[in-house]
Amino acid sequence: MSEIIEVKSLVKKFNGFTAVDNISFEVKKGEVFAFLGPNGAGKSTTIKMLTTLLHPSSGKMMINGFDPVHEQDSVRKSFGIVFQDSSLDDELTAYENMDFHGILYNIPLELRKKRIKELLNIVELWEKRNLLVKTFSGGMKRRLEIARGLLHHPKIFFLDEPTLGLDPQTRNQIWEYIKKLNKQEGITIFFTTHYMEEAERVAERIAIIDHGKIITQGTATELKTKTQTKFLEDAFLALTGRGIREEEASGIDLLRMRRQVWRGGKK
Amino acid sequence: MNTIYVLWLRQLKRYFRSKSRIIGSLGQPLLFMVALGFGFGPIFQKAGAGNYMEFLAPGIIAQGILFTSMFSGTEIIWDRQFGFLKETLVAPVSRLNIMIGRTLGGATIATIQGVIIFFLSLLVGFKPTSFFSVIISLVVMFLMSLLFTGLGTAIASTLDDFQGFQLIMNFLVMPMFFLSGALFPLNGLPKVIEVISHLNPLTYGVDGLRAALTRASHFGLAVDFLVLLLISLVILSLGSYLFSKIEI
Repeated sequence: MSEIIEVKSLVKKFNGFTAVDNISFEVKKGEVFAFLGPNGAGKSTTIKMLTTLLHPSSGKMMINGFDPVHEQDSVRKSFGIVFQDSSLDDELTAYENMDFHGILYNIPLELRKKRIKELLNIVELWEKRNLLVKTFSGGMKRRLEIARGLLHHPKIFFLDEPTLGLDPQTRNQIWEYIKKLNKQEGITIFFTTHYMEEAERVAERIAIIDHGKIITQGTATELKTKTQTKFLEDAFLALTGRGIREEEASGIDLLRMRRQVWRGGKK
Repeated sequence: MNTIYVLWLRQLKRYFRSKSRIIGSLGQPLLFMVALGFGFGPIFQKAGAGNYMEFLAPGIIAQGILFTSMFSGTEIIWDRQFGFLKETLVAPVSRLNIMIGRTLGGATIATIQGVIIFFLSLLVGFKPTSFFSVIISLVVMFLMSLLFTGLGTAIASTLDDFQGFQLIMNFLVMPMFFLSGALFPLNGLPKVIEVISHLNPLTYGVDGLRAALTRASHFGLAVDFLVLLLISLVILSLGSYLFSKIEI
């Protein structure tokens, strides 16, 4: 299998603060790849650079064989994206949101109609297609965004914290859709999350990112073997020295880490 | 072309769907026309300056256009906050076309708003000189709408929160309206006010509308038109540049 995303020594600085600090990774075609890390680790900044919204300070990127800095349009045609916050137009209906997206991506009318119907059916919103988006719940909006992001048959699908703020049932449902699409359409999935169990359950490979640096990457099993831990959560703790939800290591994290050391874990 | 069309259409759909916005934005001009028009009318007449409603109506139409277009332009701040801007910025379309579509959409809405206020002014006794003059005034209205939508877009491209919006309203839009000759004639003003009003683009819009609708004007229609066109070009170029630099 070939690489569809290649990143080498990528750096992004904002006024002296280094948000992304020299990261390198690759994602294979058709793979489900997760960026796992706490809030503020540099996950969203990386996605913004990959999707042409931000210019990197230095480093190289290739998306589907194109450079996001110099070949913006080719890159933009290659991916679909679901942002962390909704990017739907609340004053438009679900169908109009889809239709406008199709026009922006230059999809011919007949194909557009067919594809919109197909996707809205998959995310179970076809019945609600003529309702204004502002009447939708958080989960419905997220489903609509997923459908919209896939309308133009992207090769890569970026999802930035796609299940943030959703209840467990909706989260499961959303992952079902995404996995189905990965299988059916062979789309490469790149998602960020700070939920361990999501990364472990859904992703084929995981990169752990913290303070703008990739600490390690591999399959969940590899990460656990490497750190001689049973759970991804423990592996994360062993690698970063802290739990994922805290910004700074708390007393309990330190205790847990000591326990790891006593048991003979690495670090 | 598709991009321009779809962004224009989006603005219009949003406008026609929000009935409260349409009605709400007509309240103020109507109030101005009724209160100021009937209130100051007798004094204006006594001072030998003629019919105040004839004088005021073009000014109030200009005010409606100014407010609506600046608001449309600054909608970028909303779209940035609520995310729709990102959807357009990651699409494989040029930023220039996005900007053109948005601006044309905003300008169309502002022109419609101007036309509605024009009809309201007929209700309170305004009489344009001829049907042809109304056609000319439409051109002026659209040009003004483009100018101020562009101005709003240019300013909003550099702002990323709502606080900035209040600042624009209080320190730019209101002074532009009050110092434009919309409410009073530009003859015999104190020097400072006169200079400011001559630098104010709205002044030429008000004067242009007045020239078209009532044949009474300070600078003459040709001058007004040229000044508006020139400022529009400068501001639209500046707006496109600033919009192309937006990073999220």
